[in-house]
Amino acid sequence: MTLVKARDLGVDFPIYGGKSRSLKSTFLRAATGGAIAEDAGHRMVVRALDKLSFDWAEGERIGLVGHNGSGKTTLLRAVAGIYEPSSGTIEAHGRIASMLSITLGMDAEASGYENIFLRGTILGLRRKETMRVVEDVCEFSELGDYIHMPMRTYSSGMAMRLMFAISTSVEADIVLMDEWLSVGDAAFTEKAQKRLMQLIDRAKLLVIASHNLELIRNICTRVVHLEHGRIVEPAAPS
Amino acid sequence: MIGARSQFQLALSDVTEGMRAVHVWTALGWQDILQRYRRSLLGPLWLTISTGIMVAIMGPLYGKLFSQDIGGYFGFLAIGFVVWQLIAQTINDCCSAFITAESYIKQIKLPLSVHILRVVWKNVIIFLHNMVVVIAVLAWLQPHLRANVLLFPLAVAAFALNAFFFGTVLGIVCARFRDIPLIIVNVVQASFFLTPVLWVPGMLGRHSWTVDLNPFYHFIEIIRAPLLGEPVNPRSWLIVIAITVFGGVWALSMLKRYRARVAYWV
Repeated sequence: MTLVKARDLGVDFPIYGGKSRSLKSTFLRAATGGAIAEDAGHRMVVRALDKLSFDWAEGERIGLVGHNGSGKTTLLRAVAGIYEPSSGTIEAHGRIASMLSITLGMDAEASGYENIFLRGTILGLRRKETMRVVEDVCEFSELGDYIHMPMRTYSSGMAMRLMFAISTSVEADIVLMDEWLSVGDAAFTEKAQKRLMQLIDRAKLLVIASHNLELIRNICTRVVHLEHGRIVEPAAPS
Repeated sequence: MIGARSQFQLALSDVTEGMRAVHVWTALGWQDILQRYRRSLLGPLWLTISTGIMVAIMGPLYGKLFSQDIGGYFGFLAIGFVVWQLIAQTINDCCSAFITAESYIKQIKLPLSVHILRVVWKNVIIFLHNMVVVIAVLAWLQPHLRANVLLFPLAVAAFALNAFFFGTVLGIVCARFRDIPLIIVNVVQASFFLTPVLWVPGMLGRHSWTVDLNPFYHFIEIIRAPLLGEPVNPRSWLIVIAITVFGGVWALSMLKRYRARVAYWV
């Protein structure tokens, strides 16, 4: 079953204030970034995604690779429904867990415990639903009594542990990840990897953007290579 | 699912899904207030205290300046000031609603209306804190209340609904044109002096009809008059209802055209 379907998907970012044509030609020669173009109204735009068509089916693990600015994150956001296409269409079926920023909504003055609920709310969990995972999150993050301390007293590693634990306790059909999440010290990292793999195994589709080709080769069933917002070679991982 | 539904349906479902996500915007709005007062002993009570101090100073001062009967004027000013703060702060917050929610908008798919409702909710909470001052003043003045005081919650709800509608319009426009919030701040400031908060419409003499042209006046009046035990001119309610309908249509048409663009603008 197809979970994500795109037809001629285009995402253009308007550039306000950028009007010089010479600037435009300079940009065109740049190695990174989307193509600079003009839209129908002759406004300058960055063409971040250019006529992408694909079908991603249940069971696939999609790896997005490409330069900085090649459109990986933009494509993830388009799948999440954050950027609605400037042209073409994209459809995604199922509950989406976007791991684009696991610290979003964190309040440093609130306790770790309160932050679990805050983050849960943003992820679309009701209070009752968060209640069900809160014990598991506390236990997994190994914060002990720190869970009731304000998060500003945490080291950045501790904060990441907690945010990772709550973000990975959501059930989803489609998991979107911008770079593989890696948190904590050596011992914890291993535990975290296992938890992340479990989440991915439960999900129907994974889309991950990464510069780590080794990782992509290991976990993905399909590699999508983006360059200047276009798919260059839909190669199978070798 | 994107693509199969019309932009109008998407705009409508943005509003209905946003309203249904009560737990999200109440939590975020409340968090906004907590964040400001964390680690302070009195917390959000400071809102009440600052308003109390302002009213205690302005009441006698302007009462004297305008040579008003201190009792009646004090209540008029206290309520008017608290309602004006609600209006002014909500307008300014709505202007930056999407701009400050940038990280949310770019990382997670939420209905746009959630960000506006968060701002409106936050300001209604602040208003309720300030109502303590109003209640204290009323306890002192003991106005003879009429049955129309029962319409007070309805008047606050009418404000909240309008704040949501016009806040959506402002939020969208301000996300695209970053000078607008700065213009609005000045317009709001000027409106404070043009709206009967410090002064009573009667002071304008034969020009007092001009206050009817001021939409802010009607929103203040439907909240203020019942609390002072005065009748509310039905015209004020009619105008508020007309503005609400207009605001709803405007907000929906703005959402229809620009909802999908906001993520690109912030």
